[in-house]
Formats: sequence, C-alpha cells, structure tokens
Amino acid sequence: MSTLEIRDLQVSIDTEQGNKPILKGVDLTINKGEIHAVMGPNGSGKSTLAYTIAGHPRYKVDGGSIMLDGVEVLDMTVDERAKAGLFLAMQYPVEIPGVTVANFLRTAKTALDGEAPALRTWVKDLRQHMSDLKMDSSFAERNVNEGFSGGEKKRHEIMQLELLKPKFAILDETDSGLDVDALKIVSEGVNRAHAATDLGILMITHYTRILRYIKPDFVHVFVDGHVAEQGGPELADQLENEGYDRYVTAAAAAAAGA
Amino acid sequence: MSATPAPTEAPVIDAPAQHGAVAHSDGDWANRAIPVQTRSERFSSTDPAAFPAVTGREVDWKLSPVPALRPLIDGPLDGSPYAYLARETPGATVEWVSPQHELVGTAGTPEDRASANAWSSVENVLLVTVSGDEPSSITIGRSGLDAAPRAGHTVIHATPNSSGLVILQNSGDAQLVENVEIIVDEGAHLTVVTVQEWNDGGIHLASHLARIGRDAQLKHFVVTLGGSIVRVNPSAHLADQGADADLNGVYFADAGQHLEQQVYVNHDAPSTKSRVNYKGALQGEGARTVWIGDVLIGRTAPGTDSYEQNRNLVLSEGTRADSIPNLEIETGDILGAGHASATGRFDDEHLFYLESRGIPEEEARRIVVLGFLSEIVQHIGEPALEERLIAALEAELADGAQARAEANAAGAPGRKARAPYVDSQPGAAVAVGTDHVTSEPDVAAGVTGEGTSPGGTH
Repeated sequence: MSTLEIRDLQVSIDTEQGNKPILKGVDLTINKGEIHAVMGPNGSGKSTLAYTIAGHPRYKVDGGSIMLDGVEVLDMTVDERAKAGLFLAMQYPVEIPGVTVANFLRTAKTALDGEAPALRTWVKDLRQHMSDLKMDSSFAERNVNEGFSGGEKKRHEIMQLELLKPKFAILDETDSGLDVDALKIVSEGVNRAHAATDLGILMITHYTRILRYIKPDFVHVFVDGHVAEQGGPELADQLENEGYDRYVTAAAAAAAGA
Repeated sequence: MSATPAPTEAPVIDAPAQHGAVAHSDGDWANRAIPVQTRSERFSSTDPAAFPAVTGREVDWKLSPVPALRPLIDGPLDGSPYAYLARETPGATVEWVSPQHELVGTAGTPEDRASANAWSSVENVLLVTVSGDEPSSITIGRSGLDAAPRAGHTVIHATPNSSGLVILQNSGDAQLVENVEIIVDEGAHLTVVTVQEWNDGGIHLASHLARIGRDAQLKHFVVTLGGSIVRVNPSAHLADQGADADLNGVYFADAGQHLEQQVYVNHDAPSTKSRVNYKGALQGEGARTVWIGDVLIGRTAPGTDSYEQNRNLVLSEGTRADSIPNLEIETGDILGAGHASATGRFDDEHLFYLESRGIPEEEARRIVVLGFLSEIVQHIGEPALEERLIAALEAELADGAQARAEANAAGAPGRKARAPYVDSQPGAAVAVGTDHVTSEPDVAAGVTGEGTSPGGTH
C-alpha cells in the first residue's frame, strides 16, 4: 500500500527581514485512499506545507523528511515528484500565455507516462473530463488559466487531477472563492478521482464548508507551523462551532512563555 | 480642454540637487546635445549629403553598432536589380519600375543617412501591387544576394478597398540597406510580413515607410531570427480619418546578434488607431536587442486610440535589451494612449506550474518561451507561415538548450552572480489631459540573478 509520510518537517523562507521559519516540525502520515483535512487559520503555514511537498524553490527545507513509499521526496526535482505520483491543486494557478490547455495537458500526460497518449482515446477522455466538470468544449483551445474565472481555474486544476491520475493529491484551498454550485462540481470531481484510483488526499482548507461535500477520514488542526490537534470528522464540527481561537491563543501563550 | 503645443524649447532646471540626489543625465536639459523636438520635426531627405555625418551619438544611431554599418551609411552601394523569387495569387503583381515612378516617395522620406544613401543609389524599384476585390497574396523571396554592399527599394501598393498579404522572405548572405514604402489606399486591408532569416554574417538596414489612407488598415510584422546586425525601422503615417496601424514584431537574438527596431507611429488624422506589440527573446553571450517605440498624437488627431508595448525575455547571462517607449501627445481629445515595456527573466511560477505536472525543466522552458513569442506569430493570420515560423522559433530554442546542456556538462557553475544588463527607459510623455494617458511602469530594470536554475537544484 502506498504511503506518504511527513516527519518533523521544518521549512523556512528568505524574506527581506531575513530567514523566517514557517513549518516547525510537521508530522503527518497519509495512506492510499485516505482523505485528510488540514485546517487552520491564515498564516499558520498550510500552503507552505503544500508547496514544500510539491517542491517549490521558494521554500527552504531545514530539516525532516517526506517519504513516498520509502523514497525521499525532498531529493527529487519538481517534475520527478509529479512522476512519483504527487499532485498539487494550486490555490492561485498562474496564467501561461500562448500555451493552450489541450497542448499543456497532452504534454503533461506524455511526460508522466513516458509516451504520448493514443490520440483517439485521449480526445475522448479529455471531452469526458471536461463535460464532467461542466466545462465548455472551447476550453481546450484557450490559453492555460488566461482570462479564466476563479471557478474555471479550480475546475481546470481538478480536471488535471482526474486526467493525470496521481497517487496522492494535495488540494490547496481548492474551495476558496467558489460559489456553492462550483464547489459542488469541484467536489464531485475530487470524489470521482478518489473513487477511481483510490487516491490519497491532503485537503488544505480554512473553512469547513467543503467538508460537507468531501468527507474526511481525519482532521488535523494546523497552528503556528505544526499540527496542534488531530482527530476524526467530529473535530471539524467542533471547529465549525468554536473556530480557531482556542488554538491560536494557546500558541500565543506558548510563544510568550518560551 | 485646452490644447497646448508640445514644448520645443527645453526648460532650464538649475535647482540644486537635494538629499544627495543627482539629476538623471537625461534630465540635464541645459546641456543636452540634442534639442528637444517633436518626433515629426526630425530631419528627412532623399539626399544622403544633406544629413550630417553619422557619429554614433545621434538619437537614432546611438544604440546601433555604427562602425560595422559604415559601408551602408556612407559607402557606395550596388543599386542594380537583384534576383528574387515570387509566388503570387491573382490580384497581386510584382515588377521592376523606374525610381521616377509616380508612387515612389509617396509613403515617406528617409529620416537617416543610410536610408537616403539607399534611396539615391537604386537604379530600379520593385513595385508590388495588391488590387481587386478578392484577397490576394504574394511572397517575395530573396536568397541570392551576396555580401557586397547593396541598396534596395520596394514599393508595396494596396489599391482602394483591396485586401492582401505580402510576405518578404529574406535568407542567405546580405549586406543590404533598403527602403520599403507601403501605400495603403482608402478602405484597403494590407498585411505585410518581413522575415529576416539571413546567414550568420548578414547585415541588413531597412526603413519601412507606410502611409495609411482613410479607413484603411495595415497589419505589419517584423520577424527577425537570423543575421549578425539587423535593424528594421517601421514608421506608419496615419494620414487620413479612420486609418489603423497594427504593428508587430518578434525577434530572437542569439550570441553576438544585434537585432534592432525603431518604430514610429504618427497619428495625423481624426479617429485613427494604432497598436504596437513587439516581443523578443535573448540568449547567449553578447545577444543584443534594441526597441524604440515613438508614438506621436498630433493636434490633427482627435479621437485617437493608441497603445504600444515591448516585452523581452532574457534567457541567459551576458545579454542586453534596450526598450524605450516614447509617447508624445499634442491633443487632449483622445480615446486612449498607453505604453508598456518590460524586460525580465523567466517567471519561476510558470516553470513551477508546468514542472509540477511532470514536465521536465528544459521542456517547460521551451513551452513558456514559445508561448511568449507565438502570441505575435499567431496574430499573422496565415497558417502555413505561422507554422513555419513556430518551427523556426523551436529550432532557435533547441540550439540554446543544447548550449546550456553542454555548459552544464562542462561543469559550469549553475548560477552566476552577475545579472544580465537590462536597460529600459520610458521616454518623457508630453501629455495634455494626463487622465487619458496610461503608462505601465512595470519595467523590470536590473533584474536580479534569481530565476534560471540549470539543473534540478530546487
């Protein structure tokens, strides 16, 4: 069984004010087929965790490890991580001028599989995935993320998730900025991918709203660069009622006492 | 809104420098070598001797490698007819005519000495005519020139309400200075594409002088990939109401190449429109590009809509891109006028996005650069040419990728501390009614060394 295992992960970024630690020892284990929700207030380091797993060059790993089936992910380049089966659905996907969605997806699929997909099935697959996510067929000929609405960008991310079939997906605030209809469409896509390939999911979110549509097996509360508490789905309900104040206050008190 | 004439006399600034700040050299009005003048007052003549000797300090020569251009600027030129290959559809014709032909000189007059040298040296003028109601096209291929200094003169004439595409396809050796007059009569829609794929030693100076008539449109493309020094200066005179100029360029400078374009749009009639969009990439030691974009909105041009931009992508160390937009506005009654210039490195976020989908770094670079440049090519509207030019751009990129791989294999350091020299100086905008003027100061001057990381060291 596939496992993504994060141990004592410490990450910092270089700012104009000097080096700033963000992740202060994160431990998290995700098995294939499991859905983990990572919830926390703004600035707690949730997105840093997501981008560090994907290998963004801005984040400096100071310690710890990320093992995928016993292989160190931190030693891999960004594209090698994707080839190993990791996928990051980004919160703010960038626009890439002059590169069509169709061209981009085919290039990615070819890179991941090591050979170009058979044209006939590929076109059929693409159409199916686009129609599943209620995307217009003209979408494929548009440039990647260029002029996309917020909802279109997120649907495009989830379409890639379904098409590229990773082992583990990190969803970085995929729910933010979506209206209810778009949230349902996107959630259905995630659930389809989960069912189709027994995908392991690390779902990063600020709000509990998406948890009505994507049911987590585990919930982790993320505060001040580490997991402050973990539990089952009931923890999300508790957060919904009480908010993050209790954890933030505790973290502040700990910092003051230190 | 009152219209004030553009200042033709320089204000004298003699306030002491404050807080240790020193006045910018360009702002030293009192001691400027070149008096401030509106762009339309630049000297023009068909007689080279009427121009002062070129020193290399002139505003239109100071960024060009003048010593290597001396034979074309001052020397004797072969002005005899040359061999060309034409492929045309009905409605388009090409023929040699006398320099005394009635159309010669109707689109403009040379504004520099090299252009005048060519003008006065040619024995014949190549006349390309686009006429008739149906769209027509013609490709004129020049590949048989030699390396001796030569002059050329082409007149491209689109008759009233005609529609056509003219492709000037240049390859082989060249040491050529030429004028290309483009006359777009009323209601005509003309596309002119000049493609420079000269051999490595090719030297080419071209002035494209366009006159665009009432409700007529010129789409113009300068595509420069090959040659050692290539300078193509298109100027468009929007002479009658409703005239439209859509001026585009794409260039890829390799090691040692100097690719330059000085664009001038003269809004000289009511309700005229212009769009200028040039994009370039630089790769390799000594790769050099120059883009100067002058836009003049005259008092005669109320209701003008104008926008110009230049973007450069710096792909390696040791390159230099100059990008200088100048906007001069003499009337307050305009729809819009803006300019933008940006020169920078790869966007890390673009590469990260593609790599995070499994696309290797080298392939990701290729996709991003090609996407950046192909925006211009895709605007031509001629699929066969577009396809060929995209392939040519891919070949340019492949050469760079190979050079990078060899450098890495040779144990070259992955990152160098030295940033590429990036010079970008937005010109003074003489504006009446500044609420109409948009200037995007997204000029990335002095880009730092972050961004390109050969090898997977993320």
